[in-house]
Amino acid sequence: MPERIIVPFGPQHPVLPEPIHLDLVLEDEKVVDAVPSIGYIHRGLEQLVQKREYTEYVYVTERICGICSFIHALCYCQGVEHIMEIEVPDRARYLRTIWSECSRLHSHLLWLGLFADGMGFENLFMRSWQLRESVLDVLEDTTGGRVIQGTCKVGGVRRDIDQEKLDEMHRALDPFEEECRDLGDVFLNDETVKYRLRGLGVLSKDDAYNLGAAGPTLRGSGVAVDLRETGYAAYGDLGFKPVVETAGDCYARCAVRVRELSSSIDLIRRAIDAMPQGPIDVKVKGAPDGEYFSRAEQPRGEVVHYLRGDGTKHLARARIRTPTLANIPALVKMLPGVQLADVPVVVLSIDPCISCAER
Amino acid sequence: MTVMVKEEQTTTSVALEDLIREVEGLHADGYRLVQIGCTDIGGAYEINYSFDKDYQFRNLRLTVGPEEEVPSISGIYWGAFVYENELHDLFGIPVTGINIDFKGTFIKTAEKYPFSVTRRGGD
Amino acid sequence: MTFLKRSPWILHYDASSCNGCDIEVLACLTPLYDVERFGIINTGNPKHADILLITGGINSQNRPVVRNLYEQMPEPKVVIAVGVCAATGGIFRECYNIVGGIDKVIPVDVYVPGCAARPEQIIDGVVKALAILEEKREKMTGEARHAAEAGEST
Repeated sequence: MPERIIVPFGPQHPVLPEPIHLDLVLEDEKVVDAVPSIGYIHRGLEQLVQKREYTEYVYVTERICGICSFIHALCYCQGVEHIMEIEVPDRARYLRTIWSECSRLHSHLLWLGLFADGMGFENLFMRSWQLRESVLDVLEDTTGGRVIQGTCKVGGVRRDIDQEKLDEMHRALDPFEEECRDLGDVFLNDETVKYRLRGLGVLSKDDAYNLGAAGPTLRGSGVAVDLRETGYAAYGDLGFKPVVETAGDCYARCAVRVRELSSSIDLIRRAIDAMPQGPIDVKVKGAPDGEYFSRAEQPRGEVVHYLRGDGTKHLARARIRTPTLANIPALVKMLPGVQLADVPVVVLSIDPCISCAER
Repeated sequence: MTVMVKEEQTTTSVALEDLIREVEGLHADGYRLVQIGCTDIGGAYEINYSFDKDYQFRNLRLTVGPEEEVPSISGIYWGAFVYENELHDLFGIPVTGINIDFKGTFIKTAEKYPFSVTRRGGD
Repeated sequence: MTFLKRSPWILHYDASSCNGCDIEVLACLTPLYDVERFGIINTGNPKHADILLITGGINSQNRPVVRNLYEQMPEPKVVIAVGVCAATGGIFRECYNIVGGIDKVIPVDVYVPGCAARPEQIIDGVVKALAILEEKREKMTGEARHAAEAGEST
């Protein structure tokens, strides 16, 4: 039997912008076991509910993660709104949907870039991030912030998008879709990419489901679970079908995200077409008293905000379960059997967002 | 126009000795584990085990005292270790029989068991 | 490009940031902002780096990591704290696990404000850091020459 050695991976590692540490147990070049350890960016922000009023805590939830920021705020606001039985105006629900999908677009393009970088395909990395800038321009134009938007609030949204801007966005979608298709074509059909990704880090359907994986990691293994199907925000009106791939390897997880680009563009287009008129927020009085598990679909998967109010301005408890934390067991199951050189690609394939996972 | 969608969420209280049996039942019914979360309710802990099947959200609620040992469900749901290590590291709840037990090193904090009321400052 | 005499290499580390600043740091390297045209390269190896770019505040677990990275970098070196969290702890300063800004552990030369800091601001911060780096280099070479001359005279 070959000798076993342990290779530490991280916390500071060239392929990851964020710190995570893995102890990789190797037999020659092959991984036989992987033990994750996190905590390098644990802040403890769940406890900030005791110091911030429930309306202010939205800003904290936005900063759980700078990539999924809008959807964190959305999920939190929806939870508080359900506890307080606030009916959000239709226009606000549609605007939230548009911004959520913009966030997903920029997050997926960001991930595609990092993934290309992980594969050593530098050119494709640059190309993805170049395309991503056009989404950030729309976000900055409509919300004022590139990565942290600050538009979602309890009871609605803070800014409206006027008709002229909506029309402009609608017109820009076609050429953008074209560019996404060209980019996706490289990820899905390029021989070198396929060679790197096919059959790598396979997660079976049963494993994905039983390990509690979320988002593209789950859907790449053939499980059609996407919280947007429950119809929160305006997804119920717009109609939605999850994107599913069945192979369960890195290629399938990549393909899910590439195909979700088109589904997001389509959702934005339909949301603009069906945009209702009217107010964008309602006045919020009182304080939340009760509990709710608010769920939403982030670019990385299902996020759960458990909120509990006791009738005061400060929530009694906020517990945030982010998709990356749920995907860590899946990652641990994917790694055994892969070559050391493929570890970065496999780790990236779950789209790890460590600041989400550690809060 | 539809109105805002509020999910039906069922919460069932479960006794400590029934936990494993209940979780096994849900596993056999094809539920997936969504999360395990804990809330401090004035001297005791309320642990929520959340499951989902076809967007049906179910919750098992366990109430335990500060020093009470909780059996791990990682034998049924392998991935539960992340949440159970978190319970231990942040709340100081002794969870027994976790498949990958980090023994307090999963999330390292400056202050030991920051969410615990009874054990604040460590022991 | 008179301010740029050499090609500085950057090491980026996420202390406990929310990712917002990190992705903006990376955005600086990509086609729209493209600092690579100035010869600025993001490296993963602290021994190759001239500039340490840190986002987020210090927490108890990453304190030794940050110090270790800083100590591995060759002299002269500069540190840029990107975003308000790196400056003071920002919105998370009251969290139980946050110690505070980067300057609690290592000396910081340039503070870039913002939540999240914009790419233009980060580039501006790097330019300011370059001037400081040049100053430190001159001081070092001056001291070395001084020491050499002192050595010859005895």
